[in-house]
Amino acid sequence: MAHLTMKSKNDWRSRLFGAGSFKLWALLPLLVVLVIFTLLPILQLVQMSVSELEFVDGELVSEFVGLGQLDNLAKDPIAGIALKNTLVFVVAVVIIETVTGFCLAVAISRTKTLAVLYRSVVIIPLLIPPVAIGTMWSLMYDYNYGLFTTILIEMGVQYPPLWTADPDLALISVIIVDVWHWTSFMFLIMLAGIESIPPPLLEAARVDGATELRAIRHVILPMMAPTILVAMLLRTILAFKVFDQIFVLTSGGPGTATQVISMHIYKVFSEQFRLGYAAFLSLMVAAFMFIFVAFYLWASRVVRRRLG
Amino acid sequence: MKQGTASKIALNLSLLIVVFIILFPVFYIVQTSLKSMADVYSGSFFFTAKTANYEEIFTGSRSNFAELTRNSLIVSSSVALICGVIGSLAAYSLARLSWRRWVAGGVVVWLLFINMMPPIVFVTPYYLWARAAGIYDTPAAVIMAHVVLNMPLAVIMMMNFFAEVPRELEEAAVIDGCAQWQAFRMVILPIVRPGLAAMAVLVFVFSWKEFLFSLSLTTTSAGRTIPVGIANFVQEFNIRYGEMAAGSFVAMIPALVLVLLAQRHIIKGLTVGAIKG
Repeated sequence: MAHLTMKSKNDWRSRLFGAGSFKLWALLPLLVVLVIFTLLPILQLVQMSVSELEFVDGELVSEFVGLGQLDNLAKDPIAGIALKNTLVFVVAVVIIETVTGFCLAVAISRTKTLAVLYRSVVIIPLLIPPVAIGTMWSLMYDYNYGLFTTILIEMGVQYPPLWTADPDLALISVIIVDVWHWTSFMFLIMLAGIESIPPPLLEAARVDGATELRAIRHVILPMMAPTILVAMLLRTILAFKVFDQIFVLTSGGPGTATQVISMHIYKVFSEQFRLGYAAFLSLMVAAFMFIFVAFYLWASRVVRRRLG
Repeated sequence: MKQGTASKIALNLSLLIVVFIILFPVFYIVQTSLKSMADVYSGSFFFTAKTANYEEIFTGSRSNFAELTRNSLIVSSSVALICGVIGSLAAYSLARLSWRRWVAGGVVVWLLFINMMPPIVFVTPYYLWARAAGIYDTPAAVIMAHVVLNMPLAVIMMMNFFAEVPRELEEAAVIDGCAQWQAFRMVILPIVRPGLAAMAVLVFVFSWKEFLFSLSLTTTSAGRTIPVGIANFVQEFNIRYGEMAAGSFVAMIPALVLVLLAQRHIIKGLTVGAIKG
């Protein structure tokens, strides 16, 4: 027994300070960051969401309310609207961006001379600040002096649409901006997928006299199906984050027409200043996303295994 | 692969239209930023370009882009540096130093979770912490949040680079009597330097464009970054189109520079989390 303890003690010591200790020391800073800044906040969310929090004279006062935040959720009609808007937004952008991204990838994979130009230009929307994207589009959407209005009036349209100011059009306007912003992301994943199809397969199809459309339908699409599926799942997860452009374009309005989950939590936090309720909503989003991301990781692993 | 000339032209024509759709809003914002209010109102295509809007946002009384730019530079470069150091050390350890599978796998899965979680989830706890630690409304609070947000990208991107380094190299170094960290510093790190640079640049750009935390953890220009400044323009001075456009263009500069340097590494970093095709 004594022998055993000593051995494990030595083992422990050599792990920390011995020749192989670099492995641990190199990983340690990351582990510290992850535990302090990602694990603790989630635990704190649990604690916060069973409390009512308030700043009194700059001091944080916390009162235990148990499951009281559930009542607040029941009394909050906007939460449901935000969820519905988010779902509509996510489904629309994922479907549109999958189609546009796929077409773009097929097209660009077949270019040679200008391929570099296309690829560099296409990644621009992924790199510029979403806030700037929102500003760009709000200038173009602007009813008085915006580009779209100017063009439509030139064309003789008497009452051009109000875009982001029209409750029926606001969500669609936001979706258009998102398609401009995120199609490139789907394009990049799809292009990698197309490039991994063995060229002889495509050549064989073309030698056999298949038209381009048929080659796409019978060779590229079936080979790409797993990639497309995984890309759609990933984009779905990322689309739930949407916040910046909506903040700039509409701030969730007009009314609640473009109120999405992140926007709603932000308003509960910063305008209504209900920290406990904001934490409760955040925790629910986190739990939902945990399940969804776990499903994504499982699905992508299955797909990867099937690909070989 | 044989293509008819006609279909080739049609293909490139439609792709040039896509290029136009992507570049046009950027062009539009540059154009608007050089217009005076009168030119904006008249909506005319031809006008005399003026830099008045840029002068106004940097030196005018209504805005403080000089301070915001300083904050953005401090935040983004600190975040790139911290993520570069912590990320490459951890990535090397995870990719190369024979951790048990569940350790390496567990850390990577956790990083992916963090990457995919809507950032709003962390806003309330970070807000309370920043206030408790006395760093609310300083660049330090924003740096803290951005380091966490970008860590998954930093680690996973670097793990891919380290995995490509031939094992013989580090074995040779260790046989030559190098300690592991010397082998890392003297042999491995120089090899992955282009990847490390790409990662740091990408983290810089991602931190530069981040909005939600910069907004939630600050309240004055002491801590605010450029994206928050632009959003304020939109909200407070809803009609100062020229200044909004000028601010937005300043915010885009790092991204546009990066596109000129665009390379394989950066494109890989943009789709972290996707399975390899």
